[in-house]
This record gives sequence, structure tokens and C-alpha cells, in this order.
Amino acid sequence: MTLESVMFYVLSSIGIASAVLVVTRRNPIISALWLIVNFFCLAGLYLTLHAQFIAVIQILVYAGAIMVLFVFVIMLLNFRDEHTLFERVTWKKNVAAGLGLAVMMEMIYIIMTAAYPSAHYFSRSGYIGTIENLGVQLFTKFLLPFEVTSLLLTAAIVGAILLAKKKMD
Amino acid sequence: MIPLQYYLIVSAVMFVIGAVGVITRRNALVVFMAIELMLNSVNLTLVGFSAFLGDASGQILVFFVMTVAAAEAAIGLAIIIALFRKKLTVNLDEINILKW
Repeated sequence: MTLESVMFYVLSSIGIASAVLVVTRRNPIISALWLIVNFFCLAGLYLTLHAQFIAVIQILVYAGAIMVLFVFVIMLLNFRDEHTLFERVTWKKNVAAGLGLAVMMEMIYIIMTAAYPSAHYFSRSGYIGTIENLGVQLFTKFLLPFEVTSLLLTAAIVGAILLAKKKMD
Repeated sequence: MIPLQYYLIVSAVMFVIGAVGVITRRNALVVFMAIELMLNSVNLTLVGFSAFLGDASGQILVFFVMTVAAAEAAIGLAIIIALFRKKLTVNLDEINILKW
């Protein structure tokens, strides 16, 4: 077994286990911490796919910025009625989990039986994921979406400030 | 060498876990985290295809997905704060003012 496959199996099993823990833990702060573990596992999986820049961005943006925001909001809202949020397992949730399992089986079946372009269609060069290549792509082929993104972020900043403001006047 | 299918399966499993979390949990913050989980699993699919096809477009799309996720997290958490200020709860079953 090569190092690559060892990395893949370890990271994907930790990732799936932490994903299960995110949705099953009762305390949201513990869910958030498991979600950070999941993000780190995903960053490792990106590295096994030779996507270095995306892996770094994953840790910086997701595990850094977005999760800090989450933990901050969880700490900010002190749930006084946390016990009333006690979520018990009802038959509806069992049905939902069963349906989810069915969808998962279906997806795995489709993935395993689908026809892929060809057996040796990839070069697996590390060049694709470098900052240089992605930067060139971003500023030539994807220039318009890149600029529209800045508009989206501006709208998000204004919206967040407006929504979280104390008084709406 | 890990085949592409394995990455796709990991991604599908994570997506379904996130979807089940969105359906079953009642805490708005946990539902939000499950949505992030789903976004991330889709990112894994995109990066996998990008690496195996030798095309950088998938990774650029991941870049945009992350931007949208950041905007979504900021707006969504602001909405949760505004809701909590108004109703003092984040239980989605009690947030039903639009229900007729």
C-alpha cells in the first residue's frame, strides 16, 4: 500500500466519521469542532489530488474564517432554553435517515457503474493546482465571474451588517 | 493510485450525511453546519474531476463555491442573530411566523 492510498483511507474515514458526529452531537459547539476536523480532512484529500492551492484556501477560509464566525455566533447566543431544544428520535427522523441511506446506496451504485471517459485520461501533474496556473485561469478565462464575486461579497457585507444591526430603522 | 470513484463515493456519503442532518436537526446552527458539509462534499467532487481530467476549471469553480459559502455563512448567521433577538430561540420548529 502506497503512502497515497494510506493517506486517502485514513483521511476519508476520519472525514466521514467527523461528518456523522457533526450531525449527531447535541451541543452545537461540539458539532462545530467536529466540522473543523472534517474540513482539515478534506484539505488533506485535496492534497492527495494535487490541488495545493485549494487545500490551503480550504484551511484559511473554511477552518479559519467561516468556522470562527460560527463559533463566535454560538458563543454569542447563550441558549438558555437549550434543554427545550432536546431533540428526540422520532419515527419521522428514522424515515429521513432511511431515505438518506437509500439515496446514498443509489449514488454509490451510479458512481460504481457509470462509464468514465477512459482509463488513462489524467496526467496527475502537480501543475494544475498551483497558484500560478489558477491565477492565470482566474484572470483570463474566468475574469467576469471573478469580478461578479466581488459584487456578491459587497452585497453580503452590507446585508450582514443590516440584518445583525440592533435597530432596523 | 486511488481511482476517481473512491473520491466520488466519499463525497456522496458526506453529502448524504449533510442532507440527513438538514432534514432531521432542529437547531438552526447545526442545520447551517450540515449545509456547509454538503457544500464541501460537492467541492471534493469538483476537485476530484479536475485532477483526473487535467482541467483547472473544477478548481476555479471550487474557489467560487467557497466565496458563495462565505457570503452565505455571513448572511445566514446574521439572520440567525436577528431571529434569536426576536424570538429568543434557534429551534426551527418554533420559527413559523410565515406558516399560514
